[in-house]
Amino acid sequence: MSTPVGTVGTEWEVVVERGKIREFAAAMQSDLPAYQGPDAVIPPTFLASAVQWAPEGARIGHGFDRRRLLHGEQEYRLFGPPPRVGQVLRAQDRVEDRYEKPGKRGGTMKFVVIVTEFRDEEGALVAEARATYIETAKPAKEEA
Amino acid sequence: MNTPAAAGLEVGAEAPPKDYGPMTRQMFVRYSGASGDLNPMHYDDAMARGAGYPSVFSQGMHVAALLAGYAVEWLGAENVRRFGVRFRTQVFPDDVLTCTGRVTAVSDTDQGRLVTVELEAAVAGKPAAVSGTADFLLPS
Repeated sequence: MSTPVGTVGTEWEVVVERGKIREFAAAMQSDLPAYQGPDAVIPPTFLASAVQWAPEGARIGHGFDRRRLLHGEQEYRLFGPPPRVGQVLRAQDRVEDRYEKPGKRGGTMKFVVIVTEFRDEEGALVAEARATYIETAKPAKEEA
Repeated sequence: MNTPAAAGLEVGAEAPPKDYGPMTRQMFVRYSGASGDLNPMHYDDAMARGAGYPSVFSQGMHVAALLAGYAVEWLGAENVRRFGVRFRTQVFPDDVLTCTGRVTAVSDTDQGRLVTVELEAAVAGKPAAVSGTADFLLPS
């Protein structure tokens, strides 16, 4: 199943919660006051956890062979101050780009960029997560 | 709220390096729970060895989260506007990660001072595990 560029997933709701931010801050070994309490903001990579709110089938698959899959790059863009506790965001995936490069030892490496948009209660775009996945030409063992 | 002053942040300015670790399986499990990434390669040694790895290893996104924490401690949790990483090498239990950061660009905008930094998390003697760049908008 290879989703073409432009494919969009089903929108889902992400509730920004105080306890979840606190849990994530503990996992990132941060004791910053900004991540504690009723007005906590989200950490830079916190939206990785938004997947936990996605119903089955809402997200877009990369369509790659899991045995040759690498998560190459990940980026978060914020279009203002970070979202904070109490906000209810709407998330939606789309396939931004697909491309190929020759593998270092022959074959073809395939790339896909999947963008997740996060919109606030007024529909304004507040954040984007941009994931680049790679399907290597041969089974991957060396990369994370 | 400790918001770092924009003053003094010029191109080339460096954040004090900070160590994280030694890494433990508990840290990986804690990140699994926080993020929802339940891939057993990060907490099931038998499965990791079966796949040809010496042991479980950290999620790349776990290392990214540590590096993000390092960056916001430097430039402010409220000020971050972009954080991007590349995943390069694996991090195993007992590894100590050293995070470093350096200012690569500064520009004044009508909303404040936009500071771009490059960041790296590396185990001593090895290539970077995760490298990245980030933008922070600091109040002028």
